[in-house]
Amino acid sequence: MAEFKDSAHLIRLAGVFLLGLVLFLVLRSATIPRSFGRYGPFRGDALAEISARPVAFAGHEACENCHPDEAALKASGAHKTVNCESCHGPLAKHADDPGAVQPVLPDVAKLCLRCHSKNMAKPKGFPQTEARSDSGSKPCDACHKPHSPGMQAGDKK
Amino acid sequence: MTLNRRQILLLLPAAAVAWEYVLAGNPDESPDYKMSEHWWGMLIDISKCIGCGSCVRACAMENDVPEGYFRTWVERYHVSDWHIETPEVDSPNGGKDGFPQGKTEGGKNFFVPKMCNHCVDSPCSQVCPVGATFHTPDGVVLVDYDYCLGCRYCIQACPYGCRFFHPKKHTADKCTLCYHRITKGLTTACCEACPTAARQLADLKNPNDPIHEFLKTHMVQVLKPHLATGSKLFYNSLDGSVR
Repeated sequence: MAEFKDSAHLIRLAGVFLLGLVLFLVLRSATIPRSFGRYGPFRGDALAEISARPVAFAGHEACENCHPDEAALKASGAHKTVNCESCHGPLAKHADDPGAVQPVLPDVAKLCLRCHSKNMAKPKGFPQTEARSDSGSKPCDACHKPHSPGMQAGDKK
Repeated sequence: MTLNRRQILLLLPAAAVAWEYVLAGNPDESPDYKMSEHWWGMLIDISKCIGCGSCVRACAMENDVPEGYFRTWVERYHVSDWHIETPEVDSPNGGKDGFPQGKTEGGKNFFVPKMCNHCVDSPCSQVCPVGATFHTPDGVVLVDYDYCLGCRYCIQACPYGCRFFHPKKHTADKCTLCYHRITKGLTTACCEACPTAARQLADLKNPNDPIHEFLKTHMVQVLKPHLATGSKLFYNSLDGSVR
């Protein structure tokens, strides 16, 4: 078998390919984040970044730990499904450090009507009222206490 | 102890593997939360929704949603007695400020809260050219804000209109199912704020979750089932006119 002549250029070509391959691997490892593909075809660290966001609403369990009386009163009445922060607003900062942020008492005139203003599209069994038609000019909480809103001033509901 | 050259050469691959492990970090966000043990969805009971907009406000406060954009919103439907296929839908400011008393009399009226359906086969993640939208192992569709180019393909692809272009971040944005809350054992902000429990976070992998009993005993639907998106937003007493 005749000797393969002028094989040097093939070796040089292989060298170029090898260099290209090495360059590709280096660039690939430099540009693709470490966590890519940890859970699937995406950057795994994004999960930790998204879940690191601070919480604004503490959750009703946190409220009930320190305010058991209000929780018990609310649980006995028609507002048992209404969580504390639904009316009082997001209070995770107050739950972390009760002195730092004091919850503001909501304005009853607006608060009640947020849910109880009359609207055609509301479920038929849901108690709804025209603003101020029920009470004359008295605020809602003259008769209905928000934590347990059954009539407190004598009348039956 | 002295190492010769042969021993060092043998140790090198082991050291490389160990270094990879160090760089990879901890696979779970917190030691209490195992992604493989959850499969998140949500139950929305339309017969309980009163259209107060608490969910919309709570979502905006929890997630810093810019004014005029919505990760969740509430629609009001009016279905007249004869045109049941063409309902009138309104959603003033996403229902954030509640709904004024409707003028229309008669027909059928109800509220429909909407948000990301966290589809199993989501069209939005299929069209993303850079892998910025993805499915977490616990069934939530999220956006990697570092990877997102802002090409808006996903916004067009979502058949439920649940995505928007964030005016400050210049990326796509959407409901995260409050991923920062549910991984800490809390419920989502919208569910926390809902006064009638019309919205309930559901963990489909938890055998004790009330969702299983509910799905067995109620007529539950998803939106646009013909698109086979694998939506995990379950609607109870959903009217056929809802799109």
